[in-house]
Amino acid sequence: MSNTFLSDTWVIARRGLKHMRRQPEALSDATIQPVMFVLLFAFVFGGAIAVPGGGSYKEFLMGGIFAQTIVFGAFGVAMSLSADRNNGAIDRFHSLPIPRASVLAGHSVANLIRALLPIAFMSATGFVVGWRIHSGFLDILGAYGLMLGFSFAIIWIGVLLGSLVSTPEAVQGVAFIAIFPITFIASTFVPTSTLPGVLKTIAEWNPTSSLANSLRHLFGNPGGIAPPGSVWPIAHPIAYTLIWAVAIVVVCAPLAVLQYQRSIKS
Amino acid sequence: MTENAIEAHGLVKRYGDKRALDGVDLDVARGAVCALLGPNGAGKTTAVRVLTTLTAPDAGTATVAGHDIARDPVSVRRSLGLAAQDATVDGLLTGHENLTMIGELHHLGRKVARARADELLEQFSLIDARDKLARDFSGGMRRRLDLAATLVARPEILFLDEPTTGLDPRARNDLWDVLDQLVAQGSTILLTTQYLEEADRLADDIVVVDHGRVIARGDSRALKRQVGGDQLHVVVADRADLDAVAEIVERIARTAPTVDAGARSVSAPAEGGVAAIAELAHALTEAEIRVEDLGLSQPTLDDAFLTLTGAPAPAPAPSDVETQTETVEQTR
Repeated sequence: MSNTFLSDTWVIARRGLKHMRRQPEALSDATIQPVMFVLLFAFVFGGAIAVPGGGSYKEFLMGGIFAQTIVFGAFGVAMSLSADRNNGAIDRFHSLPIPRASVLAGHSVANLIRALLPIAFMSATGFVVGWRIHSGFLDILGAYGLMLGFSFAIIWIGVLLGSLVSTPEAVQGVAFIAIFPITFIASTFVPTSTLPGVLKTIAEWNPTSSLANSLRHLFGNPGGIAPPGSVWPIAHPIAYTLIWAVAIVVVCAPLAVLQYQRSIKS
Repeated sequence: MTENAIEAHGLVKRYGDKRALDGVDLDVARGAVCALLGPNGAGKTTAVRVLTTLTAPDAGTATVAGHDIARDPVSVRRSLGLAAQDATVDGLLTGHENLTMIGELHHLGRKVARARADELLEQFSLIDARDKLARDFSGGMRRRLDLAATLVARPEILFLDEPTTGLDPRARNDLWDVLDQLVAQGSTILLTTQYLEEADRLADDIVVVDHGRVIARGDSRALKRQVGGDQLHVVVADRADLDAVAEIVERIARTAPTVDAGARSVSAPAEGGVAAIAELAHALTEAEIRVEDLGLSQPTLDDAFLTLTGAPAPAPAPSDVETQTETVEQTR
C-alpha cells in the first residue's frame, strides 16, 4: 500500500495547485499582499525609518517582508484543509484505496510549492524598487534554502490549525488576530533596537525577527550584522531560526497528524 | 468468501450519549438493491460511513465484498464506490478532471483514467460539461458527476447516501433512470433515502431504520402487510348514518372501526378481502344506507412508515434542504 504513497500524494498535490490557480482571490495573501507591503513600506513609511548603521531602508525591508510572508503561509494551508474537511472532499479521498497519509502529504506539497510563489514575486518586486543582493552564490543559496525550510516548518502549524478550527472563516479570524503581533512585534519593518522595553525583548526572541535578520545577513543587506552585545537570537540569527524550524516540525507535525486524524474520525 | 455483498452484525456507533447505530444487522445479496429508509438522524448516514470505512464502529463486525472493514479496509475501499450525501465533487476541477483524479487515485494510470473519465461523461450525458468547472454545474449535473465518480473503478458495490436529496423532480427522475440502468447491469447498491417512493421504486429490499435500529425489513408489499393489510373503507352520504355503518363494519371486520366524522368515513382492517367487501355491500343495502364510496384500500408505504416509526412520513419534497442536518450532526 505504501508503494502508492508518493504517486497518490502527487495526484492530490496537483489538485491543490489547480485550486490555487483557479482561485486567484485566495492567493492574494501570497501575491498582491506582499507586493503591496513592499511598495507601502518602501515608499510611504520608508523615508521616516532610519536604519541603524546606515544603509538603504528598501534593502533592510526585504528580509522582513520575506519573513512575514513565510509566516503568513501557515494560513493558506489551514484554509485549504478546513475547506476540504467541510465540503466532503476528505471523505471522498478516504473512501478511495489510498494511504490516508497521502491526503495530508498532498496538501503539504501543494502548499510548499505555493510558498515559492510569493518568494519569487517579492524578489522581483524588490529588485524593481531597488533591493540589491551584496553576497556570494552560496549565501544566496543559503537564504533561499532557509526560506524554503522555514516554509516547510510553517506548513505544520497550518495543518494543526486547519485540523483544530472547524471552518475556513474561523481560520481567517485566527489569522487576523495572530498575525499582527507575530509579524509586527519583530524586526520585520524596524530594527528591534528601536522598540521600547518589553516589546524589544519579545521582538528579539521572535523567530520572525531571526528569520528576517538571517536573510539580511545572507543577502548582505543592512541590519544583517548584529550590534555588539546583542542577545543570543539576534547575534546568531541563522542558528536560532534553524532551531525554531526543527522545533516546530518536531512538536507540530505529530500533533497536527494526531489532531487531523481526530478531526476526521467521527 | 461470503455469499452476501454486504454483511453486518451488531454494529454500534456512539456519538457522545447518542447511539447513532444501536446494534444494526444487515445483509445485502450480490446484485441486490437495498434501501435504508428512515427519517433524519435515524443512523442511515452513519451506517454508510461505517461500511465504507470512513468511521470505525464501537462494536460489531461487517464485511463488504468479502473483506472485513476493520482488518482489511483498503480492500474494502477498492471494491466500493461512495456517493456521499452532499455530492462531493470538486468545484474547482472540471468534470473531466474530477473523474480523472478519482481514476488516478484508484491507480488506473493517467492514460486509462482519462479515457475512463470520457467514457463516463458520455454515459452520464455530461460530455458538454467536460471542461467546465464543477462549481458551475446544476444540482442534477453535480449528482450525476458524483455518481459517475463512484463508478470510475467499476466497483462491485455502490453506496449512495440520499442520492436524490436536493434535486428537483425532473432531475430526480433522470437520476432514477440512471440508477435503473446500473441495477440492470447487476451492480449491488446500498442506498439511503427518506422518500418511500424512492425506496419503493429502486429497491428490492427495504430496511427501515429509526433511532439506530432496524425496525422492519422486506419488500414494499411485505412492509405494507406489516401494517395490517387491506382496509375496508365506507363513505356515507348522510352523517347521521355513521353510527349504524360503524356497527355493520364492526360486525363484518370483527374489530372496532375507525370513524372519521369529518370525512363521513368508516374504515377497518379487512381480513376477508373481497369476500368482506361483498358482505359489507350487501349489509349496507339491506340497511338502506346511502353510500358515497365503498372500497378496499391497500395501505400506502407512508402508512407503513407512520406505523413503524411512530412519526409522520416526510413529504417527498426533493428540494428540501433539511436533510443536510443529519450529516452535519454526524460528521462533526
